[in-house]
Amino acid sequence: MIWVVLALAFWAGAWATNVWLSHSVVVQSRAGRLLVPALFGVTILVVWEGLVRGLGVPGVILPPPTAIAARIGAEGPTLWADFRQTFVKGALSGYVIGCGAAFLTAIAIDRSPFLQRGLLPVGNFVAALPIVGIAPILVMWFGFDWQSKAAVVVVMVFFPVLVNTVAGLAASERMQRDLMATWGASYWQSLLKLRLPAAMPFVFNGLKIATTLALIGAIVAEFFGSPIVGMGFRITAEVGRLGLDMVWAEIAVAALAGSAFYGLVALVEKRVTFWHPSQRVRN
Amino acid sequence: MNRVLPVLTVIGVIVVLWYAAAVWMNRTWVYDQAARDGATVSFAEMVPATLNQERPVLPTPHQVVTELVKSTFGMKVTSKKSLVYHGWVTLSATLLGFAIGTGAGILLAVGIIHNRAMDLSVMPWAIASQTIPILAIAPMIIVVLNSIGVQGLVPKAIISAYLSFFPVVVGMVKGLRSPDAMQLDLLKTYNATGGEVFGKLRLPSSMPYLFASLKVGIAASLVGAIVGELPTGAVAGLGARLLSGSYYGQTVQIWAALFAAALVAAALVAIVGVIEGRVLKRMGMAR
Repeated sequence: MIWVVLALAFWAGAWATNVWLSHSVVVQSRAGRLLVPALFGVTILVVWEGLVRGLGVPGVILPPPTAIAARIGAEGPTLWADFRQTFVKGALSGYVIGCGAAFLTAIAIDRSPFLQRGLLPVGNFVAALPIVGIAPILVMWFGFDWQSKAAVVVVMVFFPVLVNTVAGLAASERMQRDLMATWGASYWQSLLKLRLPAAMPFVFNGLKIATTLALIGAIVAEFFGSPIVGMGFRITAEVGRLGLDMVWAEIAVAALAGSAFYGLVALVEKRVTFWHPSQRVRN
Repeated sequence: MNRVLPVLTVIGVIVVLWYAAAVWMNRTWVYDQAARDGATVSFAEMVPATLNQERPVLPTPHQVVTELVKSTFGMKVTSKKSLVYHGWVTLSATLLGFAIGTGAGILLAVGIIHNRAMDLSVMPWAIASQTIPILAIAPMIIVVLNSIGVQGLVPKAIISAYLSFFPVVVGMVKGLRSPDAMQLDLLKTYNATGGEVFGKLRLPSSMPYLFASLKVGIAASLVGAIVGELPTGAVAGLGARLLSGSYYGQTVQIWAALFAAALVAAALVAIVGVIEGRVLKRMGMAR
């Protein structure tokens, strides 16, 4: 019972601190803006730990965070192997192929307004469909190893990136394109120097959406069959053995990988589209 | 109207490519079969033989449509082979989860805009959660809830709920914050209470944002319900049809289930779109 009381006391204290912090001058600074959500995250972990221990929740229903952390420490090599199989081989290669193909397709249909008018509604429609459902088919075609996962990822990321790139290529203004024409710029010069740079905010929007989709695709595809390594495989296998601390460890790795991947793409975006109003430094 | 022809052309090209791919991928089986019988088949004989196989590598569009129509209209809706039955199992979980997730999302958004501490502590996590593959938790939720005696509709609905929850929170917070300072000041000069500001300004102006996130949310809910059906071992639902089809190599069944899922998704998004149009028109916000 002492655990529950301690956890609730910590929660009350942390919340009071956050309320105080959010009305003080501390949040004006960058560090303060990070401090408040960080404290909130820590509070959740502490309350979780306290309630699980205090109420005696069995580990097969909800393991405490310390058990999960211990498992992450103990199973480092397994987690690393799973990460490499699912993220590096499956998600990343599929992401590169899918985004590259979508980008090239967008440029290929750029000269044909007819194709664009036809492909955009179809692309928007497909982007809303439950594409993960295609996983069992691709697992059948490409086998259990990472190739089938990469194929699922390719299909999943293709349409969001295509739709965004096509929208981006149309984003430069009439006036700007006319200016290029008065300078006698060829189609390719105008594309490379004006329209592609102007399209970059849209392209990166698509690329950022695709990071999450890539990881989801690679993990869910493993639910339909995989070699005995991989994050999706480990999750299903350990759920079956009720090793929930390992499942949570995989989920922690997946969450970390997902946000790191997203953060990396966002960082590249910041470098590439430094001129865009949304990237201006606010003071 | 000038979009109909291009769209039809693109769909036509896709169908043609699909048939070509089906012939190309299914031909191995035809040639193997002929070699086993000691016969040779010409190209003209091979093509028709690839179009109506029992277990093709890639079923042709007409096979998929035939199977879809047969298992939708040709069966009693209570039959385990009926896609209406499986579709309803998935749809009911989707809708229940969507309702829970949307309701909770709107409530949290209201809390976030009225409480600064909540805004600063919860909002970064809600945004960060969009970048992580939360779908990975699905098998665990199903199995854990199963072990404490909750099964059937509710676990799948919970997965649907948390998938639709975060988009709604983020969209709704954006929407409730969309009135500018001028409008808020005006209400202040009218001596409006907090409740009046919320009901007469913030809530109405959040509607376009709400509907945009509802469309994302309902599509995510459906994916959640389908994935939630996988770990229980293919009992019922569209996800179960996908899984059992992949176990038994019934490719036509997989494709039919996939098309059914696509139709359900399209219908759900379209329904939200129609409601959006009606509501925004009544509110004078239609663009």
